[in-house]
Amino acid sequence: MTTTIKPAAATAPAPSIGANLRGYAERVRGGDMGALPAVFGLVVLCTVFSVLRPSFLTPGNFANLFTQGAAVTVIAMGLVFVLLLGEIDLSAGFASGVCAAVLAILLTDQGLPWYAAVAAAILTGVVIGTVLGALVAKLGIPSFVVTLAAFLGFQGLVLLLVKGGTNISIRDETILAIANKYLPPALGWGLLAACVAAYAALQLLRARKRAGRGLSADPISLIAVRVGALAVLGGLAVYVLNLERSRNAAVVSLKGVPIVVPLIVVLLVVLTFVLRRTGFGRHLYAVGGNAEAARRAGINVDRMKIAAFMICSTMAAVGGIIAASRASSVDPNTGGSNVLLYAVGAAVIGGTSLFGGKGRVLDAILGGAVVAVIENGMGLMGYSAGVKFIVTGTVLLLAAGVDALSRKRAAAAGLR
Amino acid sequence: MTPVLELRGIDKSFGPVQVLHDVALSVYPGEVTALVGDNGAGKSTLVKCVGGIHPIDSGEYLFEGKPVQVGSPRDAAALGIEIVYQDLALCDNLDIVQNMFLGREHKRGLVLDEDTMEEMAAKTLESLSVRTVKSIRQLVSSLSGGQRQTVAIAKAVLWNSKVVILDEPTAALGVAQTAQVLELVRRLADQGLAVVLISHNMNDVFAVSDRIAALYLGRMAAQVKTSDVTHAQVVELITSGRSGDLGLTNGVPA
Repeated sequence: MTTTIKPAAATAPAPSIGANLRGYAERVRGGDMGALPAVFGLVVLCTVFSVLRPSFLTPGNFANLFTQGAAVTVIAMGLVFVLLLGEIDLSAGFASGVCAAVLAILLTDQGLPWYAAVAAAILTGVVIGTVLGALVAKLGIPSFVVTLAAFLGFQGLVLLLVKGGTNISIRDETILAIANKYLPPALGWGLLAACVAAYAALQLLRARKRAGRGLSADPISLIAVRVGALAVLGGLAVYVLNLERSRNAAVVSLKGVPIVVPLIVVLLVVLTFVLRRTGFGRHLYAVGGNAEAARRAGINVDRMKIAAFMICSTMAAVGGIIAASRASSVDPNTGGSNVLLYAVGAAVIGGTSLFGGKGRVLDAILGGAVVAVIENGMGLMGYSAGVKFIVTGTVLLLAAGVDALSRKRAAAAGLR
Repeated sequence: MTPVLELRGIDKSFGPVQVLHDVALSVYPGEVTALVGDNGAGKSTLVKCVGGIHPIDSGEYLFEGKPVQVGSPRDAAALGIEIVYQDLALCDNLDIVQNMFLGREHKRGLVLDEDTMEEMAAKTLESLSVRTVKSIRQLVSSLSGGQRQTVAIAKAVLWNSKVVILDEPTAALGVAQTAQVLELVRRLADQGLAVVLISHNMNDVFAVSDRIAALYLGRMAAQVKTSDVTHAQVVELITSGRSGDLGLTNGVPA
């Protein structure tokens, strides 16, 4: 604690990979586990399932995982914004159902083109979020109660919209493609290459700019490791997804990256940019960390709350569209039953704190992967829905426990 | 020398309770003015009036010799008055740079200009000779009480402020950290800022202040040069409002 701050003019030494690793280990020991439990859980679950059920590891099932988990993951990405403020949105599941119902009615019953229906569904999400946020921020009703009421209300709204229990099928090719069609293999590789190149360029540019201004910059070796990891993991995924999955390739060929994957990647990049690189994102973290400090710094706390709920419900609308695409229809149970709990579970398992101020959009994707693997693997093992619920509930409890314990630990280590 | 901040005849009531009676206060650049007084004497109310949180009922508020209206914290900040409250108002989950620029981030277009902010924060800490933090990118949650106080003070001086008001900055600190913070307070004044230090601790007051303003039951009992009074006289001013020929006679300034 006695080292001096380097004067801005002198070049700060680039911390080595070793120093970076040590810093990370220190943070983990201090209770800041981040995404570690989710990654660890993912590895363990995948290993167990592939040993017990070899069919888990087939390319076909791997592709299934993405389309299965996509809707929940997207809803979880939106929930991160609300959780960052220490609030909760219990209505996100049925909000996605309402938006999906709006989409289906406009597409099938009214015969509108897909873009108009999608725009209307997303607008519905924006309106829902704004109303919820205003109730929480302006009236001061606890978000738990507001969104619990909305949870019940939206459940009824979906029922009314789809006329008491019938289901509305979706026949629009574009909407159906989202969760049921795949990119041509070459395009999959192309997109991956573009992603890796862009990531590498951004990292290098940033490091060079910081080094040029005499600020501590990441060493080239660390950047190489990060870019390499992205390239290897991404390459492996694209390779497996590009394998032929069809039982009879002569009749119908089934290969390529599911279209939801690039969609999720785009959402990840955009939302991460918003959280990490804009004033809005910074203020969101500030309000979650210390609302009073944020207020005194001139941040409009009410507006931040409304915005967070708006983003959450908007992402729920996107999730609803994906769910509708995957099921090719919308029924009263779209966005219902376990969708919300899986989404909250995904965000928390990924390392988003329920106490606010801590979380990343990437967390939701890692957590969503864990939830999807459990759902998928347990299904393959032939367990009943009952067992799946119990296991997922236990995992959620475990994740919330890790969150609470790491907070305690951080407090003891003087980190909080 | 003209005071940078001067209050004359300030009255402030909350409902039927009059908290400040005809209070005068002068704060000079390059000096540390200690604001002392017992609990309930009106120190915090006075500071909140200066900071624009409470509007004053009557009286004159002069800044650099000119009368001004301060109706909100923003007005005070625009004049160059920064207040560091006792609870510091830092976000634990953000790092030092992020906290120092909270609410006033530098941006290029939509994007935060992290590099410029980091440079400015480093320069400010450097100018205050702060050498106790490992990295300005470390989270505030990992800082000690003294370091947090330092960050809060650095945040206040980052904006070319002219008056910095510190509300009991050493109340929760240990001996070594108190010494550090007092050293920092002295350095602020030496750089030409006007510093108002609210404190209960006579040792702190005599260690760094140039002037002492003693409040007694909502009245300014006396404003004196620190070198002109003794420890015991200040304690008397705080507890009874007068000491010898200093202070209030029958509750009215002599």
